[in-house]
Amino acid sequence: MFAIYKRELKSYYTGMIAPIFSAVLLVLVGVFTTVTNLMGGYPNFEYALSSTLIIYLIIMPILSMRSFSEDRHSRTDQLLFSLPMKLSSVVMAKYFAMVSVLGINCGILCLYPLILSLYGTVNYLVTYGAILAFFLLGCALIAIGMFLSSLTESQVIAAVLSLAVFILIYMMGSLITLIPMTSAASLIGCYAIALLAAVVLYYMTKNPVAALSLAVAVVFILTAVYLVRSSLFEGLIQNILSATALFDRFTNFTNGVLDITSLVYYASVSALFVFFTVQSMEKKRWA
Amino acid sequence: MIQVNHLTKKYGAFLAVDDISFHIEKGHVYGFLGPNGAGKSTTMNIITGCLAATEGEVIINGFDIYEDPVEAKECIGYLPEMPPLYTDMTPQEYLLFVGEAKGIDPARLAAHIEDIMNKTHLTNVRDRLIKNLSKGYKQRVGIAQAILGDPEIIILDEPTVGLDPLQIIEIRDLIKELGKDHTVFLSSHILSEISAVCDTILIISHGKIVAADTIENLTASTDGCRIITLDVRGDVAAVTGALADLHETVNTTVTYGLGGCVHVTIETPANKDMREDVFRLFASRDIPILDMSTNDVSLEDVFLRLTEGSVSLPAEEDAVVDITDSMDAPAEETEEPPAEESPYYEPPKKKKSKKQADEDDYTPLFGGKE
Repeated sequence: MFAIYKRELKSYYTGMIAPIFSAVLLVLVGVFTTVTNLMGGYPNFEYALSSTLIIYLIIMPILSMRSFSEDRHSRTDQLLFSLPMKLSSVVMAKYFAMVSVLGINCGILCLYPLILSLYGTVNYLVTYGAILAFFLLGCALIAIGMFLSSLTESQVIAAVLSLAVFILIYMMGSLITLIPMTSAASLIGCYAIALLAAVVLYYMTKNPVAALSLAVAVVFILTAVYLVRSSLFEGLIQNILSATALFDRFTNFTNGVLDITSLVYYASVSALFVFFTVQSMEKKRWA
Repeated sequence: MIQVNHLTKKYGAFLAVDDISFHIEKGHVYGFLGPNGAGKSTTMNIITGCLAATEGEVIINGFDIYEDPVEAKECIGYLPEMPPLYTDMTPQEYLLFVGEAKGIDPARLAAHIEDIMNKTHLTNVRDRLIKNLSKGYKQRVGIAQAILGDPEIIILDEPTVGLDPLQIIEIRDLIKELGKDHTVFLSSHILSEISAVCDTILIISHGKIVAADTIENLTASTDGCRIITLDVRGDVAAVTGALADLHETVNTTVTYGLGGCVHVTIETPANKDMREDVFRLFASRDIPILDMSTNDVSLEDVFLRLTEGSVSLPAEEDAVVDITDSMDAPAEETEEPPAEESPYYEPPKKKKSKKQADEDDYTPLFGGKE
């Protein structure tokens, strides 16, 4: 596992991806730090980080796009498959290589509050908490990007898919407000989600009976619950969708709250998508 | 060593590998022979765990490739059809990476890589980027990767593709040497390559194993059989009609030859010289024989017949008489002759120079429908 990790990390740095990633990220953080902290006179580094978040939409797909699609494209996946190690180790090695690229940059960011402390009082707990959240949010996005990369053999498609998903996640907070709060609307939304789940199940298993029975069962249960207590559905769909709004959770950190729930949440999203990636690679063998 | 039981692989509705079973013993070089698309690579990918089978099991040294993949894969070195190379690395770095990933003891890895580079003649390109290497060198890096760590079983999928003749000989020698203390399973669509290095052949066609035997036994099955090749003047219908009167033949084909001739091949049963019969037959029908030659049925003919149809014409030609009954091939393997060329028909240059002339005749015949 360590061999793959080493090779991946090295290839990010012998290629252009890691240097460009660092350059873009650090220049942008530098600009925002200069504007907000040095010129604006605020000691809060988390403000600069919060403004920088939007660049994740661009640089994360670039970092994660090649993780699996390149291997599939160049057939090196056959080497990885034939190595005497578990598939999950391969996925983890690749994931941690990308996380390390981000981690190195976040390590550099850790120096910034120290510089700021020369000019004013810095709340270290809040600031480093924000840097940790910044890092973990990045890890979650990498995991999602890696999963999308494992679905296709084209790096470009992987990057575009990731970009689209990240933009959707980024805007989710605002999009939710467009959906009516009524329980009927939520019920329809839940139907849609159930239908989507059934389609995904059919795609994964090619078993129409299982997919259809899932859809029917969920629709039946939802309808029954709705008829008994429709108040349960009020605002439900908003709650479900807001769970996907990863970026919005960063506001807590900007506001000076060390939100452990969000940190755990970011870590869980990462773990979930690493798991999905393993499954997606496993499925490829069964195709 | 390798036990393959009832292996089946479907790609959607397409049946790539159809219920094959075989086993591979320790210390031999096995050749896996079949035309393009017969299922060779699919089978090898399944054995090495790169692909999952639809049904069936593969047991490597007692370890099931799905149940205990790590233990099973430790016994295998695999060179896929396309060498799985990271082209932004040098061969030295790449082999170091593969060695570490295979979990080879770091203390002896450097010396081991040195040894393998010598064996595969990579030492003079060790510090060049793989992407700048020629196809032949890339192939050798792929082979080096497969034999790294001295796995008990080495599986090579078309190892000599893209190599020049000198390199092919080198690689063959390397494979022979590996065969002394490893089990080597190698695939090819080129018969001469297989017969040069392997002691046992598995022939696969349309996803089924059609023969599994030693080269001696396969050749022995045709001992004494001969092929008479004729060029006669006349039309196909007349010639076919005439041949219908010729009994005891094993396999007969009639095709349009060059310059308005009809080209006939007649395979005779063992130890029976039919040349005179043929002469008298055509003479009685007033069909002039322009050319006649004979040679022994070779391994190639066995292969061509087992992988079916390639010696006969496409089915729509009424002129074709294709009687295949002497071989132990299953009957269903003799249907629908492929219209494509026969790329596996590479003449054995050393053995039979006499055959050469005939093969020049053969080659256009496989591709040509007219």
